[in-house]
Amino acid sequence: MAMKFSTEDFKERIKENIGDDFMRKAVAGAQERLHTRRLDAAEELGNWEEWRSHGEEIRQHVLENLDYYLHQLSENVASRGGHVFFAKTGEEASRYIKEVIQKKEGKKVVKSKSMVTEEIHLNACLEEAGCEVIETDLGEYILQVDDHDPPSHIVAPALHKNKEQIRDVFAQKLDYDRTSKPEELAMHAREMLRKEFLTADIGITGCNFAIAETGSVTLVTNEGNARLVSALPKTQITVMGMERIVPSFEEFEVLVSLLTRSAVGQKLTSYVTALTGPQGEGDVDGPEDFHLVIVDNGRSRILGTEFQSVLQCIRCAACVNVCPVYRHIGGHSYGSIYSGPIGAVLSPLLGGYDDFKELPYASTLCAACTDACPVKIPLHELLHKHRQVIVEKEGRAPVSEKLAMKAFGLGAASNPLYQMGSKVASTVMKPLTKNDRISKGPGPLKAWTELREFPAPEKERFRDWFTHHQKEKGDGKS
Amino acid sequence: MSGTIQNRDAFLANVASSLGRERKQRVERPVWKFQPQHHVLKDASQEELVEVLRSQCRLIHAELIETSLADLPKRLAAAVNLYGGGPLSLWKDERFSGFGLDELIHKQWPAEKKEVNIWDPVLGEKNIELAEKANIGITFSDMTLAESGTVVLFSSPDKGRSVSLLPKQYIAIIPKSTIVPRITQAAEAIRGKIEGGEVVPSCINFITGPSNSADIEMNLVIGVHGPVKAAYILVNDC
Repeated sequence: MAMKFSTEDFKERIKENIGDDFMRKAVAGAQERLHTRRLDAAEELGNWEEWRSHGEEIRQHVLENLDYYLHQLSENVASRGGHVFFAKTGEEASRYIKEVIQKKEGKKVVKSKSMVTEEIHLNACLEEAGCEVIETDLGEYILQVDDHDPPSHIVAPALHKNKEQIRDVFAQKLDYDRTSKPEELAMHAREMLRKEFLTADIGITGCNFAIAETGSVTLVTNEGNARLVSALPKTQITVMGMERIVPSFEEFEVLVSLLTRSAVGQKLTSYVTALTGPQGEGDVDGPEDFHLVIVDNGRSRILGTEFQSVLQCIRCAACVNVCPVYRHIGGHSYGSIYSGPIGAVLSPLLGGYDDFKELPYASTLCAACTDACPVKIPLHELLHKHRQVIVEKEGRAPVSEKLAMKAFGLGAASNPLYQMGSKVASTVMKPLTKNDRISKGPGPLKAWTELREFPAPEKERFRDWFTHHQKEKGDGKS
Repeated sequence: MSGTIQNRDAFLANVASSLGRERKQRVERPVWKFQPQHHVLKDASQEELVEVLRSQCRLIHAELIETSLADLPKRLAAAVNLYGGGPLSLWKDERFSGFGLDELIHKQWPAEKKEVNIWDPVLGEKNIELAEKANIGITFSDMTLAESGTVVLFSSPDKGRSVSLLPKQYIAIIPKSTIVPRITQAAEAIRGKIEGGEVVPSCINFITGPSNSADIEMNLVIGVHGPVKAAYILVNDC
């Protein structure tokens, strides 16, 4: 899967998804559950704002000193016998990983969930080279078995599918003959995947946080798949976005506490694993060879700009879980593996405005995302900044906005036109107005009024009211 | 043996230039303005921490069995029977002996025809095979985090990571003296070890209950890739 997975136009994608009742119900339910669990977990701590501020100061410090910490990390990985490869682009990263696998004559690759490997098209690259690549996170596995259906949520990738659909996919592709009960489906995946773990030559993981001081990489899961991926194959390759790093174990524990609470409302997930280098001397399990691939792929272009704070992200998806726009259009509408508010900020930066210029408009700027963010990324402000850039520097505001602005510009620039327009507005809209609200708007208003009402124009123009009011006030005085 | 590092200089020079400065040779870890983590359960007594652990175990679907040191063999034997007996996979760990479990492990279980496999680096790969077919894996907890209900395991040649991972079920023996408020204290202890010149274990696992997933319609399924059940046996060793 590449970062961009759809060639359809943004509006087409929305139209398709907004008609998917199951998906919309599933998303709404998931949002409510995850949202409540996050709030409960935050409330239990009592001083959540202080925790967020601490998360923010750690992430900001790391970004400001990123070269230093990456240097320290690479020294400490190498001193433990691990290999470090710095990759400027996704292609460089994929090529290196492919070469490592070919040198090992690896055929079977098991993977634990990693957004950055999706971003750099790693699976396609390895499959072209003749490897069998198996995703082992249950959600990712379901999507892979279903002919590589794209993920629709950063933390719960198969959120858009119901259990009957999953049963049908398993029946068709895996000769599954049991019911659609989640327990039975999961047990089947366990049985299928256990065999793969035991016979894979290569394990590929993402990295939640790397720890500079010890050269460790850490993996956070509930299923235990990342543990299997890093315990059984002889070669482990960990791929990390270059910003996913903390100074020491002490900052790591703070961020992991923020991550698991914000993502799923858990104090810690079932497994948090810190791996340092390949297996130690005398160890029996764990990889004999360990490679850490540190990926830039556009991130350094964000550093030092007004968008730098987006790199504070710890991929918890709390912003996704509170977004009213995501709730209606679902993850697939974004056309990027990064969906929701964080996706709308990040995708245009990493993938360019050509492909993702609409995403900053998929927001009401209500700021729920900013309030939810455990490391205080001002997401709605960044979305607003994107719009400024799109209009001012890129000169490509959405067509409807351009037209409306042009019309308003014309009307407002000419005194007689403006006078007339504001005078007739109330009369023209009268047939569509009920109780001061318009619920079936014509033309460009239609898209708005399909979802909500529009306030009717005031019967009295402001100018008229003002003149009137001044007069009355004047009268009262005398 | 040291590993290789490729493309570092150009990569980091570019990062520094994006940040608008020369590369930094030295950065002091700051004194953080906010430190909320030190206030959690700050003044809790050991008894209060046990109470926190108890209620957390209910949330994470881990069974908590409390016992005295004297009753530990009996309670462990009963837990193993409840989970369907052997084969068993154990760490090679002096604490089993120190906590009076020699008789159970080396006499009682073999007499009951329960297969007991103790992790032994000499056996190499065979260890993994034995852990994979085990019904229950048993380890001690090196540190126990009350707030989250987490056992912390430090790997070593005698303490394979597979024992808490591959068997169908998992039992952790928790000496009460290992309980600390939260992961903050574990992180400090790990940093303390490093400062004392110790090498960080190749694998540190923070394990909180059995494996689970909510990937299908947000329904919680207990038992996915790791153990499908987990029990903690809390031993009063204080």
